[in-house]
Amino acid sequence: METFTYYPGCTLRTKAKDLDTYARVSAEALGIKLEEPADWQCCGGAYTTAKDEIATKLSAVRVLNSAKEAETPLITVCSACHNVIKQTEYDISRDEEMASKVNNYLGLSEPYTGGTKVYHYLEMLRDVVGFDKLKEKVVNPFTGRKIAAYYGCLLLRPAKALAMDDPENPTIIEDFIRAIGGTPVIYAQRNECCGGYITMEDKAQAQKRSGAVMGSAKDMGAEMVITACPLCLYNLKKNSGSDLPVYYFTELLAEALGLKEASNE
Amino acid sequence: MNKNLKEQVLRSGGVNVLKCMRCGKCSGTCPSYGEMEYHPHQFVYMVEKGDIETLMKSESIYKCLTCFACVDRCPRGVEPAKVVEAVRLAAVRQQGNNHLEPSEIPALLDEDLPQQAIVTAMRKYAK
Ligand code: SF4
Ligand code: SF4
Ligand code: SF4
Ligand code: SF4
Repeated sequence: METFTYYPGCTLRTKAKDLDTYARVSAEALGIKLEEPADWQCCGGAYTTAKDEIATKLSAVRVLNSAKEAETPLITVCSACHNVIKQTEYDISRDEEMASKVNNYLGLSEPYTGGTKVYHYLEMLRDVVGFDKLKEKVVNPFTGRKIAAYYGCLLLRPAKALAMDDPENPTIIEDFIRAIGGTPVIYAQRNECCGGYITMEDKAQAQKRSGAVMGSAKDMGAEMVITACPLCLYNLKKNSGSDLPVYYFTELLAEALGLKEASNE
Repeated sequence: MNKNLKEQVLRSGGVNVLKCMRCGKCSGTCPSYGEMEYHPHQFVYMVEKGDIETLMKSESIYKCLTCFACVDRCPRGVEPAKVVEAVRLAAVRQQGNNHLEPSEIPALLDEDLPQQAIVTAMRKYAK
């Protein structure tokens, strides 16, 4: 059984419990042990790219360091957490000035200068479990169901830091859909932004963006859309005006593995 | 032109605006193009010229979604979103210039809004 340090993030503890619950039961069934560190803090939701920002990067460094101390890789599920942590890891491994300021503040027993391997849950399915192995464990396949993968922005970009997949022609979620027996639907807006946090500032813009995403998926014949991001889910459900259902990928995973009922008891 | 401000924004952004060839691809791909008074390629150009106060006063700095599309699609690796971020920070770091105050948040909530939206907005709009 492979062990990962698991960073759920603040939203998975509150509004996105489904994303978390189904991720945990499915990991267990796939032989993956998720260990949550005792003292993680919210990563802040967005990576501050500015060179002169240090405080906003500390919580991500702390969890990277927790995984280092536990001698395990780090795993995330929320796209936004994943993005913040991956960009932090990318910069602290390369930017000596940032690393030295961060370490000067944190005063860890041993400075953190990068090195923790960070997986998104989807990468764990692809690279550790393997989509072929996952397929063998499926008991409720989504046969004949047309499923649209919504990547949004944060899973893929900036590609040099995220390094998950080809940012313009990604396949990881489509391969996941095939592994659980479904038929992936490719549509133009799958890697364009849903509007994100702008829903707090400018509802009309969030409605325009998320409406474009859902319209594009529907035009290509999708029956449902899946995502890894709580904010994508919110925008696509509440701001798009579309009647197409939207689910977390972990919910489909748990259902395919026959774990969905058990985890709702 | 305020030379110190230009230096501060360039240092904070950490990118080389001189690499820009003004192709406009960043603005063409920007999902907020229609909402912005100044578009990503203009941020790059105006920062290069040192015309930063104009940008700091524009609502455009609050319209960037940090989707990183311009970062990955710029053929010259200029990373315009980092320039936008640096200008926005220069603005919200000014005393009393938060774009969103914690006291305004309750009115913006609904039962389904994820925490992620709130913490991200606070990170973008306030210091
Ligand atoms: S990205 Fe989100 S959900 Fe994730 S911890 Fe950070 S703010 Fe909270
Ligand atoms: S698609 Fe939307 S919520 Fe999701 S990552 Fe982009 S802005 Fe964020
Ligand atoms: S895409 Fe790059 S090179 Fe082209 S205008 Fe934008 S910043 Fe300049
Ligand atoms: S990161 Fe900001 S400026 Fe760049 S394309 Fe996205 S919304 Fe536009």
